[in-house]
Amino acid sequence: MITLDALTRKYGSFTAVDGVTFTARPGRVTGFLGPNGAGKSTTLRVLVGLTAPTSGSATVLGRRYAELPNPGREVGVLLDASAQHAGRTGREILTVAQRTMGLPSSRVEEMLHRVGLTDAEAGRRVRNYSLGMRQRLGIATALIGDPQVLALDEPANGLDPAGIRWMRDLLRDFADAGGTVLLSSHLLHEIEVIADDLVVIGHGRIVAQGTKSDLLQAAGTLVRSAAHHELARALGGAGIAWSPGSAGALHVEAAPTVVGEVALAAGVALSELRHADGAGLEEMFLELTAETQRDETQPDETQSDESRREGAAA
Amino acid sequence: MSAVTVDRPAVPARSTTHAPIPMGRIIGVELRKMFDTRSGFWMLASIGIASLLATAAVIAFAPDREQTYATFATAIGFPMAVILPMIAVLSVTSEWSQRSGLTTFTLVPHRGRIVLAKGIGAVAVGVVSMLLAMGIGAIGNIVGTAISGVDTVWNTSVPDLGYIVLANVLGLLVGFMLGVLLRSSAGAIVAYFVFSFVLPTISGLLATGQQWYADLRPWVDFNYAQSTLFNGPPTGEQWANLGVASAIWLVAPLLVGLWLLMRSEVK
Repeated sequence: MITLDALTRKYGSFTAVDGVTFTARPGRVTGFLGPNGAGKSTTLRVLVGLTAPTSGSATVLGRRYAELPNPGREVGVLLDASAQHAGRTGREILTVAQRTMGLPSSRVEEMLHRVGLTDAEAGRRVRNYSLGMRQRLGIATALIGDPQVLALDEPANGLDPAGIRWMRDLLRDFADAGGTVLLSSHLLHEIEVIADDLVVIGHGRIVAQGTKSDLLQAAGTLVRSAAHHELARALGGAGIAWSPGSAGALHVEAAPTVVGEVALAAGVALSELRHADGAGLEEMFLELTAETQRDETQPDETQSDESRREGAAA
Repeated sequence: MSAVTVDRPAVPARSTTHAPIPMGRIIGVELRKMFDTRSGFWMLASIGIASLLATAAVIAFAPDREQTYATFATAIGFPMAVILPMIAVLSVTSEWSQRSGLTTFTLVPHRGRIVLAKGIGAVAVGVVSMLLAMGIGAIGNIVGTAISGVDTVWNTSVPDLGYIVLANVLGLLVGFMLGVLLRSSAGAIVAYFVFSFVLPTISGLLATGQQWYADLRPWVDFNYAQSTLFNGPPTGEQWANLGVASAIWLVAPLLVGLWLLMRSEVK
């Protein structure tokens, strides 16, 4: 269990983390989602005591991280897989962690095997590792102490599709066994497939949080029917808001079950009925990203006109 | 509207208490980290290699009558005075320059303990290396004089050797202090060479021209005060000189460095 309470970190007048409050619970994967520079990494560094908070608190398993007698045995942390001495071999880096935590030396080989690093790879120096191999080594370092909590910063970066799948299964199994997983990412889809709970952060502030299903539900339902005019009338009659989607689809602000019942009552045959699959979440995420992004995402005319005017004014 | 949340059954948290990490283990790990990289390995190897080369050079080039233990000890002392501080510098700065501190300070979230362990480890390495070097020097003295057919002269007493070890440990601690203060490998190494080769020259020039400084010099010139350790037992005043100079150049900046290190952000 990880609990952050009104955590704030300022750098001069810049607030990198602004009153962040959330709980990552046991048995669940909590996705910590936000664009680059939103404050995810700073939050995680404050959690493990590498950065001091300006105010607020962070606890792991009910205690401040620094109060854990042997932190590696309780919390597996991976902040940056590339932050390792380039001249050390992978096996040696694991051995250093194993010795610090006071574990039997057999754990090193176990972990190498578990993360799929071969004997030859483990004997190579980390400077010759690909980012994917570094991530695997970082995961091994996080897991070697058999912790109950994992806090990982962008662990899927640099992994190939098979590696991402492997990571996903590993984290799922860890959570299913009762562990707490806090996983940060700037990729919505990556988080969507694995997380049970979502915490979305932008400009240091939490902009949305809840279970994934709740957040997806908030995004509404997509429904398609040949008789979409009738369906729209029926929805209107039931007091449910809708908006026209593409190619005769309707975007309805209600759960699919409700829409299905309305359609049945109105005698309208449907050709498609499903969750609007995080469309709302994606919209929100893109908005967050847009302000910090260098490349315009689908510039729409009025918007780019506006920004041009703003640019001229400035 | 029913929520579709699939709540997983709450699994009770394992309640295990782990023993705190003992200091001895941290020192052991930090010692290992000084030598488990390629550069660390060559640092260690160079202690032996430099000692052997220096010994061989004395045997080959020193005049027969100067083939005494003091000559061997001095010759071996030079490379030691450079290598040992570098080991101390890198043991601290690599955590920042190589960013391994992210893991180190996460596994042991008490920076003071890590830095103390590094300091103890570095001093241990310094003492053991000096004893090793002196052993090699002793063998060189026996072998060298045998080759030249002169009497083996043991003109350095055990207390004198002790002062030489102390002088080298102080040099090593200067490297350690610069590492803590600057937290950058390149910066601390350059600073060390400025400290031990540029500053003494400037100090010497100043002392030649300015009488007031010549009187003050033993108290404020660390290298000058340290050098008395190489010339037999220091007098009471020389100990006092060394104490004051160390307080200025070693203790004070180390405290500032520690204060900054404890507050800095590890990125």
